[in-house]
Amino acid sequence: MLTDFGKVFIFFLIGGLFVAAGLIAAWVIRPKRWYPSKLSTYECGEIPVGDAIVKFNIRFYVIALIFLIFDVEVVFLFPWAVVFKNLGMFAFIEMLVFLSILFVGYAYVWVKGDLEWDKPAPQLPSINSKQLKISTPQTTPD
Amino acid sequence: MNLVDIIFYFFALITLVSAAITVYSRNIIYSAFSLLFTFFGVAGIYVLLNADFIAVAQILIYVGGILMLLVFGVMLTHKVINVEIKTGILNVVPGSIITAIIGGTLCGVFVVTDWFIVEGVPPIKSTTTEIGTMFMTKYLLPFEIASVVLLVALIGAAYIARRDKSKNQSA
Amino acid sequence: MNFTLTDIPLNYYLGLSATLFSIGIVGVLTRRNAIIVFICIEMMLNSVNLTLVAFSAFLGNPTGQILVFFVMAVAAAEAAVGLAIIIAMFRNKMTVNIDEINIMKW
Repeated sequence: MLTDFGKVFIFFLIGGLFVAAGLIAAWVIRPKRWYPSKLSTYECGEIPVGDAIVKFNIRFYVIALIFLIFDVEVVFLFPWAVVFKNLGMFAFIEMLVFLSILFVGYAYVWVKGDLEWDKPAPQLPSINSKQLKISTPQTTPD
Repeated sequence: MNLVDIIFYFFALITLVSAAITVYSRNIIYSAFSLLFTFFGVAGIYVLLNADFIAVAQILIYVGGILMLLVFGVMLTHKVINVEIKTGILNVVPGSIITAIIGGTLCGVFVVTDWFIVEGVPPIKSTTTEIGTMFMTKYLLPFEIASVVLLVALIGAAYIARRDKSKNQSA
Repeated sequence: MNFTLTDIPLNYYLGLSATLFSIGIVGVLTRRNAIIVFICIEMMLNSVNLTLVAFSAFLGNPTGQILVFFVMAVAAAEAAVGLAIIIAMFRNKMTVNIDEINIMKW
């Protein structure tokens, strides 16, 4: 077993080596002429605004939370799947109970609307017939 | 010093150094990312202890789940305007005294106690089958209750973290 | 390669675990940011898991590994709820420094 994981370890080492070799080679070869606009963050040619580390929307946290809980559930599922064939119907029913309990949580977050990404309602451009001016909606990117 | 010793010291070094960086780094982002290496080091020690499935579960749950959640927590709880990622320390003297007491006690107990060790124990073949069988027979009730714990945590955390939709609608 | 468990004595694993636990305690007691305190709690849970796995391997008894699974599940639940509390606290007080959150302090 240790030799099997040894292969994985060697894989990790070689992977890390590739990254390090690439970075070091680039550092050795590249010309080192820095100036402020070269060092600034590339934002498609725009002048970068604000910091790279921004405050996330809280909705991401709820999604991550749901992921974590079901991640743990999957880990519990693996040992069951190995012995399922030997234990038969009993193990199947037990896992069904396990999954149905967690499904209650899934149903809860679904019903409460945590899975819905409440976008700002689309405002269609409307034409004011008196002034004949097209007003474009001001939406903020979320 | 054979190969197993070298592997053990390698993983122990990774674990302890990255744990120390986690604690002493002033930048929360550095702390969170060096925790990644702590988890990997502990997973390597698990493999060395013939606990292959625990090692994989460690990577899946801790690195894939908990660490990601922690990074989300970091991203969600700092001020946008005056970026306050760096943090200070407090209670250094009482903290180090208590740590010295607890750490010394732990190491002393570990060294002094004559642990009962089964000599020449055969390493557990395929721990996954063993764990699965025990989950389905002897530890069935804790197994089901674990799902209840996860359910309660999911509902409670989603309730706490959910934004109050009636109040502040902005951003 | 013939690998036996007794190549490395049990005390080495226990010492590693104790050191990791002590580092975690330092973080919990001295850091100011609630999230770092949280990270250190996870580290301490990891060191306890390490002890359980070490004893399980040296006794040839997989029960310790079962316990590790439950510790992991509870750690995940704890991380989820605790971070939600920290985020809710941040939303109300705009700080995660544990010395500034002192409403309930007499």
